[in-house]
Amino acid sequence: MGTAASTAVPLLELAGLTKNYGTGTEVETQVLHGLDLVLQPGEFTALIGPSGSGKSTLLNVIGLLEPPTGGSYRLQGRETAQLAEAELTRLRGRTIGFVFQFHHLLPAFTATENVLMPSLVAEGPVTAPRRAAARELLTAVGLADRLDYLPRKLSGGQQQRVAIARALAMSPQLVLADEPTGNLDTHSADDIFALMRRFNRERGTAFLIVTHDPRLAARCDRIVELVDGRIASDRPNPA
Amino acid sequence: MPFEWTVALRFLREGRFQSLLIIGGAAIGVAVVIFITALVNGLQANTIRRVLGTQAHIVIRPTEEVARPQRDAAEGGAVLPRVEARAQRLRSIDQWQPLVAMLDGLPGLTGVSPMVSGPGFAVRGDATKAIAVFGVDPQRYDRIVSLTERLVHGAFRVQANEAVIGKELAQDLGLAVGDRFRLVTSEGAAAVSEAFMVTGIVDLGVRDLNRRSVYIGFRTAQALLSLPGGASQIDLKVTELFGAEALAQDLQARTGLTVESWMRTNEQLLAALRAQTITTTTIRIFVSVIVVLGIASVLVVSVVQKRREIGILRAMGASRGKIQRVFLLQGAVVAVVGSVLGIALALAMVVVFLDVARNADGTPLFELVVTPWLFVGTAVGAIVCGLAAAYAPARRAAGLDPAQAIRI
Ligand SMILES: Nc1ncnc2c1ncn2[C@@H]1O[C@H](COP(=O)(O)OP(=O)(O)OP(=O)(O)O)[C@@H](O)[C@H]1O
Ligand SMILES: [Mg+2]
Repeated sequence: MGTAASTAVPLLELAGLTKNYGTGTEVETQVLHGLDLVLQPGEFTALIGPSGSGKSTLLNVIGLLEPPTGGSYRLQGRETAQLAEAELTRLRGRTIGFVFQFHHLLPAFTATENVLMPSLVAEGPVTAPRRAAARELLTAVGLADRLDYLPRKLSGGQQQRVAIARALAMSPQLVLADEPTGNLDTHSADDIFALMRRFNRERGTAFLIVTHDPRLAARCDRIVELVDGRIASDRPNPA
Repeated sequence: MPFEWTVALRFLREGRFQSLLIIGGAAIGVAVVIFITALVNGLQANTIRRVLGTQAHIVIRPTEEVARPQRDAAEGGAVLPRVEARAQRLRSIDQWQPLVAMLDGLPGLTGVSPMVSGPGFAVRGDATKAIAVFGVDPQRYDRIVSLTERLVHGAFRVQANEAVIGKELAQDLGLAVGDRFRLVTSEGAAAVSEAFMVTGIVDLGVRDLNRRSVYIGFRTAQALLSLPGGASQIDLKVTELFGAEALAQDLQARTGLTVESWMRTNEQLLAALRAQTITTTTIRIFVSVIVVLGIASVLVVSVVQKRREIGILRAMGASRGKIQRVFLLQGAVVAVVGSVLGIALALAMVVVFLDVARNADGTPLFELVVTPWLFVGTAVGAIVCGLAAAYAPARRAAGLDPAQAIRI
């Protein structure tokens, strides 16, 4: 069901989206130059492009971590520019999961606690069913025997598995992954990639994955290429 | 546990050494504030008790008598209220009986005692001593200055021609309980001389008072001092020590009499007490500022160290408000734990101090005034300080741009 481009409301729609840094200063630089992009629910998309082309910036904007400078960004049909800060925060917590290159786990919390954190933020004190669900998720990513380990006691690949479990904890519609395999060896990278693909297929979660690895990009349903803040190509990738 | 508590406590636990440092700082601050306050309060209570133990809180005198400062320069400003040179001619307070009845019904007073007092001489054999005669009603006067508690020998009994005298005067005249002496006054047209028997000897705690005080019956004194049916002053004891001056002014306005409170007659003492209070307050403020700066600086560093974690939490949907509360809570937790430890430390200091600071005879040098309110007040102050210290770092953490925080 990965390529299922439904006719219903798109997951997200960017139209003429721009992002400038240093607005109002002498060093104002435009990073994103009027992007048009539509992602459908359940799509498994690779975002590629040279360094500095604006991939991370685009992910941050889509992830509601920073506002676009211009253009329109509709998430599940709602124009995000019209939402207040609190509403954006809530939306971010419930609809979007993040996986970062340097597997940003919270070092003071165990694997299970890291996975529980998004629901602790959104729903308050941890309940037994939520704890069980978190352990199940960690078991699903192959960490059944590392549930109560602190991040520093886990390998890079294991940490990235925890990060994926955490990104999926709130059953978001979209997971944004910024070079999730960037500093893993080929073998671990393949594992992590396969894991994301599995969740995409099992749960219908859409993924937007930034990668420099053409081998991995080739295994996605769709490849969007960014060059100098513009979409240079956007093609389906028949597996 | 809610999100804010979970993260705040974990952050504190993670920053082990830093957390211990600021908790220790807060604890020492709390202990110092409690100890200094207890010490100064004890000192002040002690001083006030010593000085006011032999004085009325408020004295009412006849209108015409001009209020004079009653200080003895040669004694280095020591206050001797009962032994000042009296006005040339003794006068009575007009209508003093209804006034006493009115005062008896006034709330806020624990003692009302009319008195007839004047100068005279105590004579025994060849020895003559200038003295002050106080004609009092023992029951009433005991509530102003408890002579009963200050008796060295005998009893506080002043029926007709009975007298209670100061310890030094008894020595000077070689008097013991049961001995007789003569009192000579010259208030009327001619000198009056009468024989008295010593029924009690008191120690007023001040040598000069002991040397000059002779207490006799109220009516006897009226006759002896040629003030029949009169009262030369009314002594009052109040419940609110520091409300005495206000009450005195109120009474003066109402009666038109001269009304003086201990606060006016002991201005230097009052100034000294105020200076002590200011000193304690200054110490408290400085300690608070140091504790606030200490907690704030550690939390500021912690915010910088935890930039990335803050960014991750924000990405996970934690609002600015939640992040702010995480850091405010850390300040509060440090203050609460610091207060608990500080109170324990203060108690230990008090115990040690009481053990060390003793008179030669083993009695405590003076007591420390330690009340539950002192602990509660200091703890509340500490929590306010903790929150104040955490405020700026918390604002900073809440204001972090999550996108920037995560890019690093
Ligand atoms: N806060 C900022 N202020 C100014 N310029 C910025 C800021 N953040 C990013 N940029 C610039 O925006 C451009 C795009 O950066 P971005 O991180 O999105 O690139 P990228 O495609 O993710 O690169 P890489 O593959 O190296 O991660 C770069 O030129 C970068 O210098
Ligand atoms: Mg990047």
